Amino acid sequence: MRWLHKFFMQWQMLIHRGRAGKQLQDELQFHLEQQIAENESAGMSREAARRAALRGFGNPATLRDQARDTWSWHGLELFLGDVRFGIRTLVRTPGFSVLAILVMGLGIGANVALFTVVHSVLLKPLPFKNQDRLVRLYEADSKGAMQDNVLAGGTFASWQAQARSFEGMAVKKGIDYNLSGSGGQLPELAHAQQASWNIFQLLGVDAAVGRVFLSNDDRRDANPTVILNWGLWKRRFGGDPAVIGKTILLDARPFTVIGVLPAWFSYPDPNVQLWTPIYHERSPQVMSMHTAHNLDAVARLKPGVTIDQATAELNTIQRQIRRQFPNGPVNDAANIRPILDAEVFRLKTGLYAMFAATGCLLLIACLNIANLLVARAATRRKETAVRTALGGSRARLIRGQVIESIVLSVAGGSLGLAFAQTALLWLVHARQDIPRADSIHIDGIVVLFTMGVMLVCGLVAGLIPALSSNDKQILRTLQESSRSYSGAKGGVRLRRVLLGLQVGLTVVLLTSAGLLLKTYTRLRSVDIGCATHDVLTMEINLPKGSYNTPAKIVTFYEQLVDRVRQLPGARAVAVGTILPGEGHQRDDVFTIREHPALPKGQVLDASTYFADPGYFNAMQIPLLQGRLFEADERLDRSSEVIVNQDFVRQFLKGENPLGKHIKAELVEVAEADTGLEIVGVVADTLENVSGAPVPIVYYPFYSGTQRSATLVIRTTTAPSGMALPAQQAIAGIDPGLAVANVLTMDQILGQSTIGASFDATLLLAFAVISLVLAAVGLFGVLSYIVAQRKAEIGIRIALGAQRPQVMRLMLRDGLQPALSGLVLGLIAATAVGQLIRSMLYGTRALDPAVYVVVSATLLITAILACALPAWRASRLDPMTALRME
Amino acid sequence: MGKPSDLVQGTLDLLILKTLSIEGRHGWAIAKRIQQISGEVLQVQQGSLYPALHRLEQQGWIKAKWAESETGRQAKFYSLTAAGRKQLDSETTHWARLSGAINLVVQES
Repeated sequence: MRWLHKFFMQWQMLIHRGRAGKQLQDELQFHLEQQIAENESAGMSREAARRAALRGFGNPATLRDQARDTWSWHGLELFLGDVRFGIRTLVRTPGFSVLAILVMGLGIGANVALFTVVHSVLLKPLPFKNQDRLVRLYEADSKGAMQDNVLAGGTFASWQAQARSFEGMAVKKGIDYNLSGSGGQLPELAHAQQASWNIFQLLGVDAAVGRVFLSNDDRRDANPTVILNWGLWKRRFGGDPAVIGKTILLDARPFTVIGVLPAWFSYPDPNVQLWTPIYHERSPQVMSMHTAHNLDAVARLKPGVTIDQATAELNTIQRQIRRQFPNGPVNDAANIRPILDAEVFRLKTGLYAMFAATGCLLLIACLNIANLLVARAATRRKETAVRTALGGSRARLIRGQVIESIVLSVAGGSLGLAFAQTALLWLVHARQDIPRADSIHIDGIVVLFTMGVMLVCGLVAGLIPALSSNDKQILRTLQESSRSYSGAKGGVRLRRVLLGLQVGLTVVLLTSAGLLLKTYTRLRSVDIGCATHDVLTMEINLPKGSYNTPAKIVTFYEQLVDRVRQLPGARAVAVGTILPGEGHQRDDVFTIREHPALPKGQVLDASTYFADPGYFNAMQIPLLQGRLFEADERLDRSSEVIVNQDFVRQFLKGENPLGKHIKAELVEVAEADTGLEIVGVVADTLENVSGAPVPIVYYPFYSGTQRSATLVIRTTTAPSGMALPAQQAIAGIDPGLAVANVLTMDQILGQSTIGASFDATLLLAFAVISLVLAAVGLFGVLSYIVAQRKAEIGIRIALGAQRPQVMRLMLRDGLQPALSGLVLGLIAATAVGQLIRSMLYGTRALDPAVYVVVSATLLITAILACALPAWRASRLDPMTALRME
Repeated sequence: MGKPSDLVQGTLDLLILKTLSIEGRHGWAIAKRIQQISGEVLQVQQGSLYPALHRLEQQGWIKAKWAESETGRQAKFYSLTAAGRKQLDSETTHWARLSGAINLVVQES
């Protein structure tokens, strides 16, 4: 019962706090009156009675506070009082408050946005059961040359049969299918995955409708089956469960729909539209080779088995395989990565660097606000001193100040959260290459993080100025006459230190941004060895069903090139499988017929491109020796190849490459196993803008074995204008064909440098913001110092100091923290440069140009920021300055 | 008057509860009563009295109501609750044991 009463009392107190305060006042007043009455009746005069009573009573305010202390909500009451007081103080100086909230909002917003990305992409586990036991398997090189090679079908079969460390092992491979239109829908190119039947079991995913694959579906002679992803099912089939059992056409072949995956399932990426069984789709020969590397392997470790143990086991198996196949591209080791790490490890450095940069930005924002608060604390010294003298405890005063800055940071943080939301929308849009981008959103953890950041910022920004004043100063402040010629030294010193730190951090950000910017311009100015302007490309994928002979394929592409060439504005038209700058796509081993047999275990390897006769002209890749393909070298008569310069440099050094023959059994050209004659040598092109040239063999595209190709059109006008006519030309030949990735060459290169450009732009933005903040800080501090020392300056001028002299004096005062900050920042920047070395290209971590430009930028900014207050000081009229006090 | 005769820590609550066990009183009367009964030995300072009264009220041992005082002015009268009566009993027992023990020690030496 008593707890009920207590609860009731507390409830009463909470609601009637105001009335209770009045009643307490009344109660104490009554006591006082009683005492006075008693004193009077003892014979004192009215006045004496009152005074004696008051004396005995003590400090009524303190007494009231002591009584209130026993109330349940007193702490809350005080806190709310402080918050109210803080808000009132902030509202009274709207300029300062708005500025501080904006600065804080920007800092917190950037920080929260990057945290959201890091948390969603790098840290949040994939949504699979026991995902900590899910791993990706790779073939590797025991000498460490290659760590993440995809698996060959035969290797996967061996591992699956022999390894004991895993509960299960599955493979998948990305592929595009031509999904035929039905019921008036257009055909489309569907991104798909071919996978072994057990992949969904392994991941712990069940179908939302229908069923997942069974082992019977995953055989060459099984009925063709397909599983749809949720998105495709909704979009294309209206979410109708009756789709199960229906037939759809993939590459003009009928497949039976057996299931639909749940909406949350977006592995390996959200663009996947459907899944087919891999052993049904790929020939048993391919799936048993140890040399054709093209499968992504996913596995689940047995409970208790570590990655190291599993790697050791796979290494043993793989060494055995290598002994069995000493020739050809067969790896001799294995590598295992946790599944999440495998998806995102390439992004880690970049994202963490950006996150650290936002941390710096936030720290700068905090320091800036602390700096402003120190200035305010200085102007409110008298107020503080009076409050202390009246009995305000130091803890209470500090609490007041901290609460004030927490109010600022909470307001800033709320603004920042909105800002982060916008920034994330933009980021997800701008960086579609980020894996798991679909999982980037603000969730509970992010909100908690934001609250934590707000609290920390408030504490940092509030405690620095609060702790900088101490009790001893207070007495001095009260004693200080109003004619003080040298302002409070302590506050100024603290502000200088804060400024120095701020400038230092700014220098670190500027330098990192400079290094990344230089990397980016280096990347963009790389000459990849071919035409990049006015080139339009689009991918075409001929369906297997209707283009089942080389003759049909060749006829289609010849017709296409012919038609597009007729279009106005087309300067050169060609088809090929791979374009420079698209990254590494395919390589094959080969031997040179004229050379003696290689020692056991050694192989030659070159990138495999297919090109038509017009390819080199259209891409403007110069011919250095020999000739290009000719129009009549097609189908069975295509027994020539062209190589690039690097190929000659590596494999035919000092020999005449023309007339030599290449034997490449795995390449799908008729006479590849007996030897294809090298008829020409072309200049090098780059596969990656940040890479070196690699040897390339161009096989004749019109051998007719490649159904997928890229159409290249070099134009006389803006290339994008050619997209529609070219697509119409394609539809004119085969209306059922889908076209994908209509891109200009510039866009392709842009995509390959998007990471670098993004990092550089973002970091530069952060650096500029912090530079502005530092400049504002310098300006503020120096203006403050000038205002403080007005009288002193007036005396100096009156005593004959020259104005330039005064200006120099003040400039030195302002530039001193900037200089020490610069030195500090440069030292820290060299360390940071080492950390981000892996993100640099063609730029040294200690690039002198970057350091010089950064130092100059900072100094000029600092001088500009200090110039106005210093100039004002030198213009000071001594008479007004002296009279003002 | 120097410091009030130091009340043994925690005994003020007992004194207040005891004073209120006879009849409800306002704060001034409680202080007066304690002073009179103790033969002017125990001086209850306002600085201790009112915080103590409010604390006891929060605890639910005494309750307060506003009523007219003997001078006709509105005053806050405190009285014991049932829980307060129980608390008084237990504190009295406790005090008896404690003071008895102290007496034994003091007289022994």
